[in-house]
Amino acid sequence: MKKPTTLEGRVIVIKDQNGKPIDDIDTDMIFHNKHLHITELNEMGQYTFGNLQGWESFPEKAKSGDILIVGKNFGAGSSRQQAVDCFRSLSIQMIVGESFGAIYKRNAINSGIPLMIAPEIMIDDLKTGDNIKINLITGEIFNVSNNRSLKSAIPLSKVQLDIYQAGTLFDYGRKKE
Amino acid sequence: MGKTIIEKIIADHTTEDVTPGNIVWMGIDVRSARDFGGANVVKNLEAYYPDQSKVDDPEKTFFTFDCVVPAKTIGYAENQQIARVFARNYLARKNLFDVDAGIGSHVMIEKGIAVPGTTVVGTDSHLNILGAIGSFGQGMGDQDIAFAFKTGITWFEVPESMTIIIEGKPASNAFAKDVTLGVLQEIGSKGSLGKAIEFYGNTVESLDLAGRITLASMVTEMGGIIGLITPNKEVIHYCQNRSNKDFAIHKADRDAIYTESLELDFTNLEPLIALPPSPANVKPVSEVAGKPVDSVIVASCTNGRYEDLALVAKMVKGKKIHTDVMMKIVPATKEVYAQLLENGLINILFEAGAIISNPGCGGCAAGQIGMTGKGEVQVSTGNRNFAGKQGAGDTYLASPATAASTALAGEISVPEL
Ligand code: SF4
Repeated sequence: MKKPTTLEGRVIVIKDQNGKPIDDIDTDMIFHNKHLHITELNEMGQYTFGNLQGWESFPEKAKSGDILIVGKNFGAGSSRQQAVDCFRSLSIQMIVGESFGAIYKRNAINSGIPLMIAPEIMIDDLKTGDNIKINLITGEIFNVSNNRSLKSAIPLSKVQLDIYQAGTLFDYGRKKE
Repeated sequence: MGKTIIEKIIADHTTEDVTPGNIVWMGIDVRSARDFGGANVVKNLEAYYPDQSKVDDPEKTFFTFDCVVPAKTIGYAENQQIARVFARNYLARKNLFDVDAGIGSHVMIEKGIAVPGTTVVGTDSHLNILGAIGSFGQGMGDQDIAFAFKTGITWFEVPESMTIIIEGKPASNAFAKDVTLGVLQEIGSKGSLGKAIEFYGNTVESLDLAGRITLASMVTEMGGIIGLITPNKEVIHYCQNRSNKDFAIHKADRDAIYTESLELDFTNLEPLIALPPSPANVKPVSEVAGKPVDSVIVASCTNGRYEDLALVAKMVKGKKIHTDVMMKIVPATKEVYAQLLENGLINILFEAGAIISNPGCGGCAAGQIGMTGKGEVQVSTGNRNFAGKQGAGDTYLASPATAASTALAGEISVPEL
């Protein structure tokens, strides 16, 4: 069965108290290195953003199916897979950001969570709690809450879609057998 | 539209459109893992493909143990054993380079496993050193490498390219390492972030294989994907001899597109040194000369070749290393060690007072030759001096010649040649 290529969900927009986007959120803020020994997916969610000021309670606020909206250079720093998997653990549906750390992007694609680059998503007036519809193939984003189109994201590459459809990189590899 | 070297190599290994920014599936000629990360590669393969074959092509799949050899901690010993048993079960026996072999990337060049134009992946973040022979090497995480073992392919985002053209003859006491540090000083630690560099110019062309390895090895510290140097006759000959293979030499098209082109004039470049805590924190050696040091290490994938150690031997021959300095020497590979032995250089180094280790990484990543203690000042020929990387002390990065003159003087000193 094919997975949907249009996703809909409530957004959580990562900004600071003054409503400014937080750039350069590194993997230590997302999933602190003191929890690196954790390898069980379902235990990871509770530590998400445990080291990001103002967002420590993210795990309680997030609901299954939420879409995470982030700023520039999200996931800079180390190569830890947990910084991606903690969102899968919370059943976050996808991550949309202005730009990402290179290894973070690799890890996200490999784990099958849709990750999209929308270079101007923070400029658009999108608020936590809004519902959006996003097309993985065209990159179109529509704010369902106020009936407005937002500036588009870069469409998923074929590779990203292949892995997403298979599940994870390893599921994709299994299919190639 | 013209293509850059990296675009041509990738295009040889994929059927998809190779344009910067595109992600393509790319065939991998050589898939490898080292002792660091290797055990996790095996664990991933066992977890995800329990009842299936785990290796797409045993002939193209390798393990190289080099980080901590022989293992000095139980953790490393156990990880090596996990990888060793896996290699014995699933790979050609000759494809396991155990604790005696040396640094994996160097072994691959010496054994003709990596040749110009090939794609090579492994768990070593300095695998892009293979750019020295015009091969596309790339370090990746353990999941990525497990996948490459299993399928023989990986996905890759085609990087943009930039050129760095270096002209001029450096001073007679400045070497490939000084040229490399000179580039770092110019472009900094993010200067080639996410990009492939193509190195040109007469300074680069005149580098021998060891010098090219030195330059390519520190592209990681510049933030780059890889630094490619077009093989000259000598390098082509070397790789043909070692591999018994023919291979394509890719040159960039005239109308290839680069994001940036940098021209550097290194005429009379003086010896340089990177001060802690960053490889890009580069100053002339003369500015820090006189600083007392406790240890000197000549080693690593950056400067552990025969040519590097032979120069050190020449400089310390018949002299004594300063009483307050411990000098550690780690040949990059078993072959380098054999050459030193054959040519009597081990003797010279020993007589001068150096500690000579078996081959491997040795100094980085808590290797077998030991670390620095708090307050210890070390001059290293390696590639990273981040806090804690080589121990708690302060590490300065310099050429083998600067390392040798420093070891003799007991303080940082400009080599005289
Ligand atoms: S010598 Fe150091 S930098 Fe080079 S491959 Fe070994 S551990 Fe990595």
